[in-house]
Amino acid sequence: MFLQEAEAKKILGGFGIALPRGGVADNGIAAGGVAAMLAADKLVVKALIRAGGRGLAGGIKFAKGAAEAGAATDALIGETLVTAQTGPKGEQVRSVYIEEALHFDASLYLSLLIDQRNARPTLMASIAGGVDFEDKARDAPQLVQKYALEPDGAHNPAALAAFLGNVGVGEAHVAAVCDVIGALVKAYFDTDARLIEINPLALMDDGSAVAIDAKMVLDDNALFRHPEFEALSHNLHLDPSELIAQRNEINFVKMDGDIGLVTNGAGLGLATYDMVVEGGGAPANFMDIRTTATSFQIARGIGLLIEDPAVNVLLVNIHGGGMTACDLVVGSLGFAYQRSERKPPIVFRVAGHNADWARRMIDKKDLPHQHATSMSDAVTLAVKLSKGAV
Amino acid sequence: MGILIDGNTRVIVQGMTGRSGTFYAELAMRYAPGTYVGGVRPGKGGSQHLGLPVFDTARDAVAETGADASMIMVPAAYAADAMIEAIEAEIGTIVCVTERIPTLDMLRVKAALAGSDTRLVGPNSQGVLTPGACKIGVMQTVDAKPGSVGIVARSASLTSEIVALTNAAGLGQSTTVGIGGDPIHGIGFAECLALFNDDPQTQSVVLIGELGGVEEEAAADYLAAESFAKPVVALLVGRHAPEDRRMGHAGTVATLGSGSIEQKGAILEAAGARIARSPDEIVGLLGA
Repeated sequence: MFLQEAEAKKILGGFGIALPRGGVADNGIAAGGVAAMLAADKLVVKALIRAGGRGLAGGIKFAKGAAEAGAATDALIGETLVTAQTGPKGEQVRSVYIEEALHFDASLYLSLLIDQRNARPTLMASIAGGVDFEDKARDAPQLVQKYALEPDGAHNPAALAAFLGNVGVGEAHVAAVCDVIGALVKAYFDTDARLIEINPLALMDDGSAVAIDAKMVLDDNALFRHPEFEALSHNLHLDPSELIAQRNEINFVKMDGDIGLVTNGAGLGLATYDMVVEGGGAPANFMDIRTTATSFQIARGIGLLIEDPAVNVLLVNIHGGGMTACDLVVGSLGFAYQRSERKPPIVFRVAGHNADWARRMIDKKDLPHQHATSMSDAVTLAVKLSKGAV
Repeated sequence: MGILIDGNTRVIVQGMTGRSGTFYAELAMRYAPGTYVGGVRPGKGGSQHLGLPVFDTARDAVAETGADASMIMVPAAYAADAMIEAIEAEIGTIVCVTERIPTLDMLRVKAALAGSDTRLVGPNSQGVLTPGACKIGVMQTVDAKPGSVGIVARSASLTSEIVALTNAAGLGQSTTVGIGGDPIHGIGFAECLALFNDDPQTQSVVLIGELGGVEEEAAADYLAAESFAKPVVALLVGRHAPEDRRMGHAGTVATLGSGSIEQKGAILEAAGARIARSPDEIVGLLGA
């Protein structure tokens, strides 16, 4: 679960990390109120979205006084920001974060995540922090240095200080940055985070360090032991179809094409998706029916596709195994088509557990289907049908 | 032969008495009669389930049955403790099927594994299958036959697809291994390749990779460094998937060594693997 700036800062502030004073607003009047309360000479108004890169996309504005902050807020609310991390559709701004603007000379990039190669919590740091950090790091990965912690987050203070020296943190700031890192590690373990990123961490003239921007990604698998984050998950702006699929034990990603994909397992789903694109077709979705999904839940997933006016053909590619037998999916197709006005043609390709039985079963149902034997044949046929060529 | 498990493997099931534990344990027992020797369920020690003795702890089960392998099917919240218990009981091969285990729990498991002789497969794995000899996991077996192709993959349904294709071609499989889909897991592609290299039954290897992670990079490093005499065919899926933009911090990710799917394919090819674009191309590439 990706936390936007205000959510992440609230958590990190609780662990003792210094932050600029600020508050959230969802309209110009409220923003003016926050600005008046802050009583700062210069303010910064930042769009709250669940993706990085907003600075380069016009999502950060500076303001002097409450009136300007209100105007900047009204200009941002309702805008759709497209950044390298949102994808082409972008994300709509629903609220902003208004903060006192601080003056600082040095910007540190700091993040904590797990290095998959050695299963260690690993600190990433760069003195080239700031809005354009991602671009700089892409072109010159040597700007980022990493430091592995013990599996439980323990680390040697002297070695960490030496690391920060190598990164380019001046002596005046090493102690403050070490304190921030200590708090970061504690926050990481206490919240079951996957990623915490502070960019930039401002190194102030008085030797302190202040987190200007922060992001967190929490481990969805650990949410069961964090009831305190339950409210946050209600704020996720997921596509409605993705949300329904999720509740029905189906991993689902909505795409823009016209070929609806009904597949089980991430690997088979991705392979089918690749073959459709390389065969000249356009998938309407990625689907991974989890093995625990019931026939009725799968029917809900299929319903999402056939009720979508963009979908003009359904490609069913199921490899039966575990608790997902091929005939179970035939039952789901029957349910879904019975309940839907739209009945796009089905390319039906199954293998594995109960495949023969499923092929016989679907022939007995009143469904607009055609059989295919191999994955390649199924994809070719579905692409043809999507182009109206059959 | 085959790798990791064979007809002499003696398996216990941790979490055998639950719904999915019962369902899959029964299928696995039926597939290779005699390979399953007991189950573990704290509080139910001394009882019987599926005709096998149930123990309170993995250590008791090992002491009484001589088990050298475990299939773990306990709920996610308790799975890490079950794995650590099995490691401490010195079980040689642990297959963890449970999915959605918190990542930080897996750091504890990895720390327990370090310095032990245990091999962990998974979590979030469909398991290991040596056709005709032993099955530890939840994969389907209708199309599996003993043979020469070793398969190592990150996901289940696509593995079954390759099993069916190699079977239709008359090749069969030595062992199939699902290393699991989680970022922190037990054995990886490189270690499986090393085991397949030493296995006389395995004549060729299919490696099924995906976008993300560092497994393909580790496999390429291994193939480039070792004299690997058997053909390796790699199928990498997710070439057109929208990348995980939210976590896509290009700079930091590059520093940690995870490349794009194009880069993964390029380094595997440079290390000697043959690249398949779809499952249907694999059998042709194995023989050539």
